Amino acid sequence: MSTLEGERYDAVIIGAGMSGLAAGIRLALFNKRVLILERHNAPGGLNSYYSRSGLRFDVGLHAMTNFVRQGVKGTPLTKLFRQLRIPCEAFALCEQYGSRIHFPDVQLEFTNDFTHFESQIADKFPHEADNFRRLVVALKAFDETALDYQPCGAKDVIKKFIHDPILTDMLLLPLMYYGSANENDMDWAQFVIMFKSIYCEGFARPFEGVRCILRELTKKYKSLGGERKMGLGVKRIHTLNTHAKALELDNGSMITADHIFSSAGLVETLRLCDDQPPNTGGEHIGKLSYVETIHALDIQPSALGWKDTIVFFNTQKEFTYRCPQLPVDLHSGVICFPNNYHYVNDEPLEQGWLRITALANYNYWKSLAPDAYQDAKTEWFTQLTSTALNCLPPVSVDVLKSHTVDIDMFTPTTVERFTGHLGGAIYGSPQKNRNGKTHLDNLYLIGTDQGFLGIVGAMLSGISMANYHVLKND
Amino acid sequence: MTHEEVKQIVLDIIAEIAPDEDISNVKPDVRLREQLDLDSMDFLDIVMELRKKHGIEVPEEDYTKLASLDSCAEYLTPKFKAKAS
Ligand SMILES: Cc1cc2nc3c(=O)[nH]c(=O)nc-3n(C[C@H](O)[C@H](O)[C@H](O)COP(=O)(O)OP(=O)(O)OC[C@H]3O[C@@H](n4cnc5c(N)ncnc54)[C@H](O)[C@@H]3O)c2cc1C
Repeated sequence: MSTLEGERYDAVIIGAGMSGLAAGIRLALFNKRVLILERHNAPGGLNSYYSRSGLRFDVGLHAMTNFVRQGVKGTPLTKLFRQLRIPCEAFALCEQYGSRIHFPDVQLEFTNDFTHFESQIADKFPHEADNFRRLVVALKAFDETALDYQPCGAKDVIKKFIHDPILTDMLLLPLMYYGSANENDMDWAQFVIMFKSIYCEGFARPFEGVRCILRELTKKYKSLGGERKMGLGVKRIHTLNTHAKALELDNGSMITADHIFSSAGLVETLRLCDDQPPNTGGEHIGKLSYVETIHALDIQPSALGWKDTIVFFNTQKEFTYRCPQLPVDLHSGVICFPNNYHYVNDEPLEQGWLRITALANYNYWKSLAPDAYQDAKTEWFTQLTSTALNCLPPVSVDVLKSHTVDIDMFTPTTVERFTGHLGGAIYGSPQKNRNGKTHLDNLYLIGTDQGFLGIVGAMLSGISMANYHVLKND
Repeated sequence: MTHEEVKQIVLDIIAEIAPDEDISNVKPDVRLREQLDLDSMDFLDIVMELRKKHGIEVPEEDYTKLASLDSCAEYLTPKFKAKAS
């Protein structure tokens, strides 16, 4: 098997996640010699999959955001298909049934039809209906993707329009859970990106889940002659002055590249560079991580009365989005039923699934010895499940148990182990670097810490950085 | 290489990079952006394809010369001719 020793590439990409694969496709499309290096054996990074006892589990992918119907122009999803030269049919996206924001005294539903959300707001918050409309006008006029944008807090901007703190929290909860690296606030541009992608556009999912997306990306990349090496990571980036001159791989090989794109994260990437102190950037490591519990069921959730696609819940007066003091924050979270999409011919998924995500404390989970870790998983699995059941049409714990064929749970340490993101920080560092530049002139960030988040965001990040740093200057 | 041929080359490229656009009625004297949904990313791809397929270089300061099919033909035909000779 080739060790790659001494190979020379136009571009090397660190990570076969969504951003790495998308950047790879763009570069290979224009005849660059590209190599994607991925430390793990499966592609996908934060959005991957595994099989266990005959069941096919998805990691990530509750929903593809940004869904628009075929023919709707000028949105991120259509740009993505064009730039990747993948026909939109390839992802075979099926639309959500409908989702819900669940607060103690009020609920807001949303679907892929924005007018439904507007009427929900007019109905539940009549005093805010006009303000909400003005907010929407303002955010539609904003250029959220400008690479020279100066960050500012979303709450301050929202306050200029919306006065009811409950509505503000309700609007923020789904957007924060699906894309904020900041505690208790989110960046305004990120708010705009997420608002459009979730409320104005919407949710969809391929019948086969994340496997379908990864298969299409990989197929395209290979068909263009892109090279990929799985199970081989980058150990070190060797520098000379302000230039990355070689990459040292986990197997000891040295390779060179004119351009290096890294999806490993800001701090993670800096720590690969031999001109940086080993613990550099500790203050920039993100603090937000999650646990997710997964129930595989022998029944479709709708048969239990569960017809939502996603439920974003908060059980307290105020919503807080921060690293909890307890191992898991049981006050808010996201419940996902991957079954509840309009699949072609109403074909049911083989299994029923109930997935519950909540904020978690990385340091706690990291500190546990293996036995204690297993015990903690069992305990918090039970607690989080019963919290979530309170936000759904009633089904008793016993009935749920009787239909459960398998369970699993991931914690912040799982995220760190499988994606390399320090602190298990799902959305990376609060410090984003929109233009992708680093201290080295040929090393660029893509994905999470460039700052376009989520599945669609990560792909657009890879595309725009490949365009900006290589193709445009060719 | 005639103006008409160059226009066809540009249309073929647009069909490839934006298969969701209907290019059957593109007016040659009207800006492409006014008739089709093309953004700066798409124009970058038109330029990249001209290079990849035909070896034609369009520097960034000349992107504006690709505004309409007529202006594309005006600007690109001499480049194609120079290439052929
Ligand atoms: C549980 C969960 C649910 C989610 N749900 C959704 C959802 O429903 N919808 C949505 O849009 N988004 C969702 N996301 C977010 C989305 O998954 C991410 O934003 C996106 O996948 C990030 O992609 P990326 O390419 O930036 O980074 P990553 O996916 O993190 O890819 C980085 C890759 O780099 C590799 N790597 C790191 N260091 C090295 C090295 N030194 N050498 C080689 N390889 C290395 C890693 O192994 C990894 O594969 C979810 C995330 C999680 C964790």
